[in-house]
Amino acid sequence: MNSSLRVLIIVVAFFTGLGVGAARVIAQPAEPVIKITAKKFDYTPNQITLKKGVPVVLEFTSADVLMGFNMPDLNARSDIVPGQVARVRLVPNKVGTFAFFCDIFCGSGHENMTGTITVVE
Amino acid sequence: MKINRRDFMKLAGLGGVVFASGLGRTASAAYGAGPAVDDFYFVQLSDSHWGFEGPPNPDAKVTLRKAVRAVNSLEEQPDFIVFTGDLTHTTDDPKERRKRMAQFRDIVADLKVKTVHFMPGEHDASLDQGQAFQEFFGKTHYTFDHKGVHFIVLDNVSDPRAMIGETQLQWLAADLAQLPRDANIVVFTHRPLFDLYPQWDWATRDGARAVDLLMPYSNVTVFYGHIHQEHHHMTGHIPHHAAKSLIFPLPAPGSQQKRTPLPWDSAHPYKGLGYRGVEAEVKKDEYVITELPVQKG
Repeated sequence: MNSSLRVLIIVVAFFTGLGVGAARVIAQPAEPVIKITAKKFDYTPNQITLKKGVPVVLEFTSADVLMGFNMPDLNARSDIVPGQVARVRLVPNKVGTFAFFCDIFCGSGHENMTGTITVVE
Repeated sequence: MKINRRDFMKLAGLGGVVFASGLGRTASAAYGAGPAVDDFYFVQLSDSHWGFEGPPNPDAKVTLRKAVRAVNSLEEQPDFIVFTGDLTHTTDDPKERRKRMAQFRDIVADLKVKTVHFMPGEHDASLDQGQAFQEFFGKTHYTFDHKGVHFIVLDNVSDPRAMIGETQLQWLAADLAQLPRDANIVVFTHRPLFDLYPQWDWATRDGARAVDLLMPYSNVTVFYGHIHQEHHHMTGHIPHHAAKSLIFPLPAPGSQQKRTPLPWDSAHPYKGLGYRGVEAEVKKDEYVITELPVQKG
């Protein structure tokens, strides 16, 4: 699989008018989900683009051993346990390109297991 | 050129190669109930990564042996030697891991000084929770005392999450509870106990808890490895000193996008590699650190 696959998340905001006095239940739009697979020794995808202020859910699975996801610049981290789905909700609050990495030592290629999230306006 | 203790102190006066770590002790009493208080020095070696192969160090098969010879050439031998982790380079093969540890042990057996303290780095211990390390080198966390100084070896690598862990933190608290608040305490560990640069995993996830436990004690100094370069940092009154590597240097924290080794400089082989002598001037409440090269020139 192409490890440099880029994912661009575009959230389409929509507005719903409320009539005066109307009692309506509005379904909340689901937050976009980005599925990321961690395996020895990379993430797929490993380059992701997000929009500032737009919430997303990063959904991690491990294809082999216990891994980690850590992105100190956006204060996000999670264990990625084999057989489980790890979800990290993220609301990027600043523009830039930020590195993430595996922070659970997973083998001989552990130190190269990195990626980036680019946050745009 | 041999370096005796006088030369060692002469080097200390040159500046740039030395860092004096004040203990800030105000009381004259040494640690414990009257042990002998005397100046001494020890040598810190770190991050030899035995088994590494690659362009960052084309001399990897002989660098550790050269370091052993350099230490043995010191005219006055240190009281003891400490290796602050990553003795071996990681491998996914448990048999190869033990082979590298056996080879490392055989090479450092040539050190003249026979009092050698070991601790693991993540390359040694994180894939098997320190099992192989313990087979060859014993416990991964322990204490010892020497001439009025209490030394604490902390393991922040056997847990692959880069954590000290609740059990060891309780052990640390119990050990510290026996000491007077002005005890001379030196901590050896592999990873930085503070958030040096978490973007490169240069941190210990629960390191702040260890620092909090140490903070009430007025005379604490931490020596560590992991980052393959000399570095000095204060958390409150506690100094933290990182040592150079014996395999390849790494870039300064955050100085480039990736934490990749600095390239081997064939015009200046062994540039950026080294070890250090630490002169403990117990009565002056000071440690004088001198950085020494593996190979001169």
